Amino acid sequence: MVARGCGGVWRRLRQRCAVRPGSGPFPRGERAVACNARGGMMSAGKSGLTPWIPVVGLEIHAQISSNSKLFSGSQVQFAAPPNSLVSFFDASLPGTLPVLNRRCVEAAVMTGLALNCHINKKSLFDRKHYFYADLPAGYQITQQRVPIAVNGSLSYSLCIDNKMSQMVTKTVRIKQIQLEQDSGKSLHDDARSQTLVDLNRAGVGLMELVMEPDMCCGEEAAAAVRELQLILQTLGSSQAVMAEGQLRVDANVSVHHPGEPYGVRTEVKNINSIRFLAKAVDYEIQRQIEELGNGGTISNETRAFDSKLGCTVPMRDKEGKQDYRFMPEPNLPPLILYDAKSLPANMNHQQVINIDWIRERLPDLPSVKREKLVEQYGILPEHSFTLLNEDGLPEFFENVVKQTQMKPKKVIGWILNDLLSYLKQHSLTVKESPVSSFLLADLLNLLEKKEISSTAAKQVMAIKAGNQKVLNKLIGLVQKKTQGRSNPVLVKQLLEKKLSE
Amino acid sequence: MRVLSLGRWLRAGRVPPREPASRPSGHRHSGHRPQGPPQELPQGPSQVPPQQKVSVEVLEHLEHLALVDFRDSEGVERLQKAIQFADQLHEVNTDGVEPMDSVLEDRCLYLREDDVTEGNCTKELLENARETVEEYFVAPPGNIPLVKLEGQKTFLQGSK
Repeated sequence: MVARGCGGVWRRLRQRCAVRPGSGPFPRGERAVACNARGGMMSAGKSGLTPWIPVVGLEIHAQISSNSKLFSGSQVQFAAPPNSLVSFFDASLPGTLPVLNRRCVEAAVMTGLALNCHINKKSLFDRKHYFYADLPAGYQITQQRVPIAVNGSLSYSLCIDNKMSQMVTKTVRIKQIQLEQDSGKSLHDDARSQTLVDLNRAGVGLMELVMEPDMCCGEEAAAAVRELQLILQTLGSSQAVMAEGQLRVDANVSVHHPGEPYGVRTEVKNINSIRFLAKAVDYEIQRQIEELGNGGTISNETRAFDSKLGCTVPMRDKEGKQDYRFMPEPNLPPLILYDAKSLPANMNHQQVINIDWIRERLPDLPSVKREKLVEQYGILPEHSFTLLNEDGLPEFFENVVKQTQMKPKKVIGWILNDLLSYLKQHSLTVKESPVSSFLLADLLNLLEKKEISSTAAKQVMAIKAGNQKVLNKLIGLVQKKTQGRSNPVLVKQLLEKKLSE
Repeated sequence: MRVLSLGRWLRAGRVPPREPASRPSGHRHSGHRPQGPPQELPQGPSQVPPQQKVSVEVLEHLEHLALVDFRDSEGVERLQKAIQFADQLHEVNTDGVEPMDSVLEDRCLYLREDDVTEGNCTKELLENARETVEEYFVAPPGNIPLVKLEGQKTFLQGSK
């Protein structure tokens, strides 16, 4: 069966990008974007032409982390046999009705609160109509008129000029957060001219986050999404793993001259990682600038990012503007949320969602965690960023600090330089680290007492981490000491046994 | 939808007032209130706004959106009659009345616990499908745009 994911005339058909890799708006090696914390304007170079202001807005879909789907009791799971996690409602069989999942509402409220949104105590559900094979009902239930949360903000940090020591905080406004259904998955079998449909994902709860176009380049977009990812993971409202489609980002990009109205925007889809997000946005900005510079025009189209070629390609244009014929969802009354003041006296607890109750139980957000680390341990702000960027690393660091006399300011160096670089080299997570926090603390204690040198400590760490070269060096040293009388194989075994203790 | 305000009158047990149509008809798009000259008091029990023909462009747009085929003059006539029927709602004066969201808007929205209670019925679901491949549903490739064939005019185009 020859199949490729994600194609199809209506939404996702792609044409091959005619641009050779390496050629195009900016050849490899050139710094892509002049936009940074200084203000977002891109100079047009030595020619002295009017500068361009790029405008970037993001639409993000985050899959809600829940056991069951938004409106049905079928399971939410990434990989499963096709059509095994599908209820009659998900398959849109006649006579079935949506039943709202409480957990999904709580996830949306948590996320709205974490992003400083106003939570609408009354929000409504609507139907958005369009035809596609992976949307069996012919419409998606969403919240177009009155979404669950509005008018929030997301703060994120950027390094100026690639120097971690100079960080600047930026903010992007959140227009709204709405609950909606995910669609199923289509696999396109071009060879047999057919589409295979798997509805396992159909009906899974999504939070759509719409950001205002407050960003100006790929770096900002990437930093904002990274921070959002950390927030969602801290809240637990979404696992936000882009590779598994739990976090999907579409970028809206346009350019204009200062003082003039916004330019025509294009929508860029098919962005599968944060790194690609930055690339896609920067490419599109450059493409638009070149096109307009050459006297061309930008059409309001949807483009796909081709990660192999590093460029955006037009998706086959939908016929004119889509008319989704929004209508209120007739099977769902308004969603009413309460707070401490408006809590009804004699209503079943299970039927009541209290915004204040949820707010009180929000965990420390990443920004708060970073501040606490800096304050408590005296580490630099940029250290706190690197720490929080790795799942489990802050806890590891704190465990080492607890068990060692070495000052946290020194410990952080060992964590970020030695341990982390090793883990990165071998693609290991903190949980998979062969060096435990106990062991590292032990080692650092020896160092503090000056019983071993810094170099030795690094070597031991490398050995413990399994660096074969260093192990061999040790064997060599043993050989020297025993004047060649020891059995190298036995020595290796003994050393390995000792080291594994 | 403003039209659902009619429900409030009915529930209150009152008869909708026979007031002069403050909104003379036109072809009504959702949310659009066509302005027009004030009308005289109605003569009979149902003073319906004058009928307006639906344009060919609108019909073609509808055919494309909803994948329906108006096929012949009888189909178009039926549509016109349906619009005319719905236009009767304009007789009700809804000034100052808060629009309803739906007839369920006073009901409680039931919240379900996040438990897995359904699914695992692949065989049953696939039974309904005409064609399946390895437990996938089979659909035609992508969305094929409605082709306007050269020599063959649709009914609508022919009736222009």
